[in-house]
Amino acid sequence: MGRDRGGERLQTRDDLCESQDRWDVVDRERLRAGLRVSPPYAAASLLLSFSFGAVATAAGPSPLAAIVMSAVVYAGSAQFASIGILAAGGGVGAAVGAAALMNSRFLPMGVALGPSLPGGRFRRALQGQAVVDSSWALALREDGTFDRWFLFGHSAPQYACWVVGTALGVLTDRIDPQALGLDAVFPAFFLALLVAELRKGSRTSYGVALAGAALALALVPVVPVGVPVLVASGAALVGLRERS
Amino acid sequence: MSVWPTIALVALVTFGIKGVGPALLGDRPLPASFTRVVLLLAPALLAALVITNAAADGTRVQIGADTAGVAVAGVLLLRGVGVLPVVVVAAVATALLRLAGLP
Repeated sequence: MGRDRGGERLQTRDDLCESQDRWDVVDRERLRAGLRVSPPYAAASLLLSFSFGAVATAAGPSPLAAIVMSAVVYAGSAQFASIGILAAGGGVGAAVGAAALMNSRFLPMGVALGPSLPGGRFRRALQGQAVVDSSWALALREDGTFDRWFLFGHSAPQYACWVVGTALGVLTDRIDPQALGLDAVFPAFFLALLVAELRKGSRTSYGVALAGAALALALVPVVPVGVPVLVASGAALVGLRERS
Repeated sequence: MSVWPTIALVALVTFGIKGVGPALLGDRPLPASFTRVVLLLAPALLAALVITNAAADGTRVQIGADTAGVAVAGVLLLRGVGVLPVVVVAAVATALLRLAGLP
């Protein structure tokens, strides 16, 4: 069993789970399926990270810092938010706080994903790092479980493009991302995911999407950036009351 | 400069936030209500992300060239156009509208 390799902290219950669905056995077919649908998303990720690289270096951080940030953080909205705050003269605390709020949506997303991941706590947490919005949404099956190898396959090219795009962006820091309309890339990308989601979803999902959007927009002027999206995710709780 | 500490902390915080959900919930059967909430989480989150990025600027609601660009993207998506062309058209439309003077 693969648990001998550095897995000394594993608990008994997790060991039992592992015997049914080992965390490290690659499902090549699902991995390839994730890779196959990835290119358009990876290309959009390239455009986004290009604009991050350009914005970041124009805002102050060195080109190297921007590239390292993309490589170790890999969460677009959090990167834009924290660099924006530093550029506006904010402190480290404010910048990190904004990033945490932007990322807060990954809390409910991670809770949803958890039961679909095998392995001990630490291994599940590691697998959770592969989540980005598009891979999470596309790996979601109709029964509410996640296709994890599809998720990994879908995330990998996006990660590579995220880092490469940032490097290209810092090289061309004289370009104004606003003038190129690059700020529309992010929401247009999410809209594509939303439309795909609504096509496979129930009628309730339309109502929840509308409620989430309305809730988020209403909260924008009242709470810090990032919080509206977290609160809007609460619209999904109507699922608790719906009869199956 | 406070850039490097910020990068290190943002990386740690992101790791923690992405990891805590999977760490808390193990490989176990899902109650039906949990499944229904998970399935509805995606439309709620995605719709909120779209609207806060397209129709707001920080903590201000602002309808601008990017809002129109994303609306164009929406029309194309409903007609079955793929992600990449949609994203490119949204950016080009936004750029053109900015050129025409929209904020």
